[in-house]
Amino acid sequence: MSGVRLLVGTRKGAFVLTSDARRDRWDVSGPLFAGWEIYHMKGSPADPSRLYASQSTGWFGQLIQRSSDGGKTWEPVGNEFVYEGIAGTHQWYDGTPHPWEFARVWHLEPSQRDPDTVYAGVEDAALFRSSDGAKTWQELPGLRGHGSGPSWAPGAGGMCLHTILLHPSNPNRIIIAISAAGAFRSDDAGKTWRPINRGLRSEQIPNPTAEVGHCVHRIAMHRSRPDVLFMQKHWDVMRSDDAGESWREVSGNLPSDFGFPIEVHAHEPETLYVVPIKSDSEHYPPDGKLRVYRSRTGGNEWEALTKGLPQRDCYVNVLRDATAVDSLDPCGVYFGTTGGQVYASADAGDSWAPIVRDLPAVMSVEVQTLP
Amino acid sequence: MIRVALPAHLRTLARVSGEVQLDIAGGATQRTLLDALEARHPMLRGTIRDHVTKQRRAFVRFFACGEDLSHAPPDTPLPDAVAAGAEPFVVLGAMAGG
Repeated sequence: MSGVRLLVGTRKGAFVLTSDARRDRWDVSGPLFAGWEIYHMKGSPADPSRLYASQSTGWFGQLIQRSSDGGKTWEPVGNEFVYEGIAGTHQWYDGTPHPWEFARVWHLEPSQRDPDTVYAGVEDAALFRSSDGAKTWQELPGLRGHGSGPSWAPGAGGMCLHTILLHPSNPNRIIIAISAAGAFRSDDAGKTWRPINRGLRSEQIPNPTAEVGHCVHRIAMHRSRPDVLFMQKHWDVMRSDDAGESWREVSGNLPSDFGFPIEVHAHEPETLYVVPIKSDSEHYPPDGKLRVYRSRTGGNEWEALTKGLPQRDCYVNVLRDATAVDSLDPCGVYFGTTGGQVYASADAGDSWAPIVRDLPAVMSVEVQTLP
Repeated sequence: MIRVALPAHLRTLARVSGEVQLDIAGGATQRTLLDALEARHPMLRGTIRDHVTKQRRAFVRFFACGEDLSHAPPDTPLPDAVAAGAEPFVVLGAMAGG
């Protein structure tokens, strides 16, 4: 019988939550890597037993862990992330040039085809790739070197490359996003890059429609329509129908268009999920009500999903990598909160129940649908 | 034989319990000790000092014989008691964070 495996990264370790396809009873194991921050864990689409995890602390830096048996055992692999050539500078908070310094890996994106190939989005923003199962890492320096790099500036959480979208059929196309620089696209497998931010408007930067400088929080794509992109920006939910060449706002009737994650239904490419947050200075749900908003129309028209979610006194956040959907039918939707809850919906968001309530703050949630 | 006491996180990572014991040819220094430690336990590379610059990570400290050796130049000979194995070379995470 098929089932699902949730990979949950928290501030103090990783947890693996498993269930059969009914998704009503869960086994919780962990913490793995106890005491370390797990920014992200993700399984290989080409081999579900191959998992990668980004493990770090302020004391001992960055580690990458790899499992080849679905998370039963792990081994530390390569953790040397060295910028290619002269690292150069980007803009610091006070506007002065600041040397590029590696801090951590925010996001790991395994290849669709090869379990040994995996991409890493890092802080300070850069894209790395490994083709030997994460033993060694090489930067794709064309991203930082395309020209606008010196003007990038960190968001409050650091200058992180957090989104990596690999085209399902065209291995040359990669789309990434950086806070606070914006979205970028390569059409030659990462050699050269260009900004794809036309249509974004950010009042928090001197030129609201600048080519770069936008604080993109997350981009989502449905595999069946890789030219259609959905973005949760610092403020504004955006949509592109031309692989990022142009964007238009689809925030519609959301109570707030600030937020971090955005997700697309596994089987309905026009069905989206966001978790509105009150504002950039108050990172919790409006009115203390934890509501996932779903659009079945590709944006603009949104409905609040509340059944099973706390509707009073709730002041948690949901971080950018902390939502996921499985590919069962009905589609399962999952998210983790900074309060340590992981919520699951086995009916595409109509109703929710917590799998766990008291984990450390959840930083990332990924799901694997297992045969 | 030199004794190295690692913090709990690094003992777990290196899969050791208790102290690590290292044989270092010639005069032992911070640099030769860490070289030997990383050769024995490669997974510790990058966790105590930078891969490339070899600078100590900011929140890692080195103590021995009741002294803080964190700021000593890496080629300074280790105290005799450490070199003789009478006292451990202590690697620890600084009091930082919460």
